[in-house]
Amino acid sequence: MSNNNLPTWEVFIQPKTGASFEHAGNVHASDKEMALQNARELYTRRQEGTCIWVVKTEDIVSSNPEDQQSFFDPADDKLYRYPTFFKVSKKAKGL
Amino acid sequence: MSKELLFKYVLTLGDDALILGQRLSQWVYKGPFLEEDIALSNISLDMFGRANLFLEYAASLKGSTTTADDLAFKRNEREFSNHILCEQPNGNFANTMARQFFLDAFYKLFFEKLAESEDEQLSAIAQKSIKETTYHFRHSSKWVIRLGDGTAESHEKMQSAIDNLWMFTDELFEMNEVDNNMLTQKIGVDCLTIKAKWDQIIDEVLSEATLKRPENIHMTSGGREGIHTEHLGHLLSDMQYLQRAYPDAEW
Repeated sequence: MSNNNLPTWEVFIQPKTGASFEHAGNVHASDKEMALQNARELYTRRQEGTCIWVVKTEDIVSSNPEDQQSFFDPADDKLYRYPTFFKVSKKAKGL
Repeated sequence: MSKELLFKYVLTLGDDALILGQRLSQWVYKGPFLEEDIALSNISLDMFGRANLFLEYAASLKGSTTTADDLAFKRNEREFSNHILCEQPNGNFANTMARQFFLDAFYKLFFEKLAESEDEQLSAIAQKSIKETTYHFRHSSKWVIRLGDGTAESHEKMQSAIDNLWMFTDELFEMNEVDNNMLTQKIGVDCLTIKAKWDQIIDEVLSEATLKRPENIHMTSGGREGIHTEHLGHLLSDMQYLQRAYPDAEW
């Protein structure tokens, strides 16, 4: 087996209608159609989803781990960013 | 008499799925890459599932104590009635895709008609199979296009696969005594009427794949009557080994 020539694609699955897509993993494929089919084979055979997104891994822009500090500076000193002062109604679902 | 004919009719459907499933399973761990290996295995399992449904139905028609396993593992080559296209060796990946493409296109049309059968069991199995076959066809036809319209080497291999297997395609549309009887009873499918649609589908895909439709090729058949190519015996000796060596073995 050789994957040398095939690019990888990231797979996102929507667990149910209206829900957010979640990253499921990746697949090798030479084109969009094959990426969708392979994603279906690997990640949705047991009815895990209602919709699939595939996107070429190289098309994803990622932050650099080296920038972690400046990007994700802990907001410990910025309490006002946290919505902890609100009371959540018990009737509000899905939060 | 009629039950015997229905048995034969169902048996061919079961044998086609069983033999094709066994062929596809021979790709397991040998696929061109991991994802395709899994795809072929999944299609193989779909075929075994379909074979099980048809053979269980056939066994029930046979009566007495016959089981689907008996039909699968205790018949000889001459008693198998699958189309000979199904038993053709995997060859290279293009050969497997050409075989699959021809059969998927056929079964897609066939099951759409069989779903209208007045035999409830056959109609139910056909309805279940349509969804699977639609996906199988999408998988195999896309590969034919991808390889045909790919590199010079993949184009050549795909064309030669189409050419080599073409001779087995006419058998899919032959109507024998069993087929005609089933058609009269509104149980079976008129394969002659789906031939034109099959031709159209094949032409469309081949054209998109920049491949040529073979012409003037001598056609061969005989599978329905138990006259198979030399490949089926080898396949069966592998598939039936356990039952032959240890009859009625249980886990």
